[in-house]
Amino acid sequence: MIRRPAARRLYYAALLFLAILGAAAIAAPLVAPYSPTEQHLDRRLAPPSRTHLLGTDNLGRDLLSRTIYGSRSALLVGIVSVAISALLGSLVGLVAALSSPSLDNLLMLVMDSLLSFPTVLLAITVVSFLGYGLVQVMIAVGVIYAPTFARLVRAETLALKNEGYVEASQALGTPQVLVVFRHILPNLLGKVVVQCSITFALTVVIEASLSYLGLGAQPPTPSWGLMLKDARDYLVQAPWMALYPGLALAFTVLCFNILGDSLSERLNPKL
Amino acid sequence: MADALLSIRDLAVSFQGREAGGSRPLRGVDLEVGPGEVHALVGESGSGKTLTATCVLGLLPVPPARIEAGSIRFQGRELLGLAERERRKLRGRRIGMVFQEPSKYLNPSMRVGEQIVEALILHLGLSRRGARARAAELLELVGLPGGRQILRRYPHELSGGMRQRVMIAMAVSCEPALLIADEPTTALDVTLQRQILRLLLELRDRLGMAVLFVSHDLAVVHGISERVSVIYCGKIVESGSRERVFGRPLHPYTQALLASVPEASRRGTRLAAIPGTVPDAAHVPAGCAFHPRCPLAVEKCRLEVPALLDYAAGPPGRAPAGGEAGASSHLAACHLAGRS
Repeated sequence: MIRRPAARRLYYAALLFLAILGAAAIAAPLVAPYSPTEQHLDRRLAPPSRTHLLGTDNLGRDLLSRTIYGSRSALLVGIVSVAISALLGSLVGLVAALSSPSLDNLLMLVMDSLLSFPTVLLAITVVSFLGYGLVQVMIAVGVIYAPTFARLVRAETLALKNEGYVEASQALGTPQVLVVFRHILPNLLGKVVVQCSITFALTVVIEASLSYLGLGAQPPTPSWGLMLKDARDYLVQAPWMALYPGLALAFTVLCFNILGDSLSERLNPKL
Repeated sequence: MADALLSIRDLAVSFQGREAGGSRPLRGVDLEVGPGEVHALVGESGSGKTLTATCVLGLLPVPPARIEAGSIRFQGRELLGLAERERRKLRGRRIGMVFQEPSKYLNPSMRVGEQIVEALILHLGLSRRGARARAAELLELVGLPGGRQILRRYPHELSGGMRQRVMIAMAVSCEPALLIADEPTTALDVTLQRQILRLLLELRDRLGMAVLFVSHDLAVVHGISERVSVIYCGKIVESGSRERVFGRPLHPYTQALLASVPEASRRGTRLAAIPGTVPDAAHVPAGCAFHPRCPLAVEKCRLEVPALLDYAAGPPGRAPAGGEAGASSHLAACHLAGRS
């Protein structure tokens, strides 16, 4: 339980924002007033008005609709790549912690060398190998964030391995695989969930960065990064073009970070 | 005793360490536990009590540790060198283990019931439903009435004594032939200690299992054991019936241990303490390991490792390496034993 009322309110606010965002992403066709790719060439670069609540971009596309549809790319990339990195990283971490020291060293060396590259640079490298597009971004980001999970899971497993109840379970003759599933994994879960939330925020940023660089979502797919890229040329004429996708991005990242912090407090049995 | 339930002979364990040669926390342990016997293994911290128990269960962490020599026979079967699969079948099924601190040995994120049924499903092949019913019975058996409600509790919802009872229920769930209890009462207060000891004896009678009771607490050992083995620096220094070991201790170490127990009858006199500390396992003195702390040590003690001999019938007869020790034997490993 989160003790401080202010922190608790913040947690609920973040949860509410993310819930709305998720609902909007799922129900985008119902919520969005226009199609995200529909061009109204007569209404290009229109400021926010009653017909276009957030204005339009250089091709006369409705910015509200594009921002709503853009959340789909952001969240989809987040979910898939966090799932990839959590599964891959946890598996590597578990194997490293439970296997022989030489395999442990090898696996951790690979993970550490992945960690030593700047994230965006590594993502660019992976994407340029796999080709442009959202699927490639998901895979790239999933692999890039796996080492953080591997490190976390390995460290936690090493600690849990020496817990009395793990030994007690072995003393009951439980096979090691079963010991891992019954006693180690469930106790790891809290930490992994927290890490997922924090990593989610990072992947949203990476997706936007790659799309901004033209390596992620390809036009006309709506994506916040891509919208920012389009907005770059019209910053003076139509600042709203950059403002709304930027705000959506910033709030999403902020809320996932708040969620991660709050969850780590909630799921920590020692607090 | 040819029909000993558990027979450990000359068990030596070493740990690789930074120091050259590593350390040898067990230097040839000889121990016999008869069927249905309550056998206490007594020693100070670091003497190798728990390590011996770990070896019997086969839970020694094998890269740093290594079994150098010896044998562990259980129900006539050699355990050392047995495949892990086979050992796993013994663990929990034929050999149960109760640990020192119940709060550390129960998984905080699992309901108590889930942990008790683990062994029942694994070893006895019971269905989940059958295992739960059996688990409730087991809790009644260890003195926790209303077992069904307790099955649904988490460990933190139970008191220390209740947790230890749950641990005992887990250990005896498959009716093992041998129960190893590693300081099961150390973490409990004195009134609870008595209850748990009584429970262990009661279970022994009901289930006909032997108990290897590992402890440093002589008062507790006196209250529960039939035979007592005293371990010092990874070697048994004295072993015999409770009456003999407590009544006529042969080894100076046993004598010193007994003298250091506070007793109401010695009120007003200074409590005896053994000078010095237990040597660490990497630097065990040559000869008799106890000689630097022994008030009686002579030249021979510094040079020669004393053999474990039987003094039950007066003059020492060489006991064949810890074995053939009848229930009436009284073994001691001291050059001076039996000379007054």
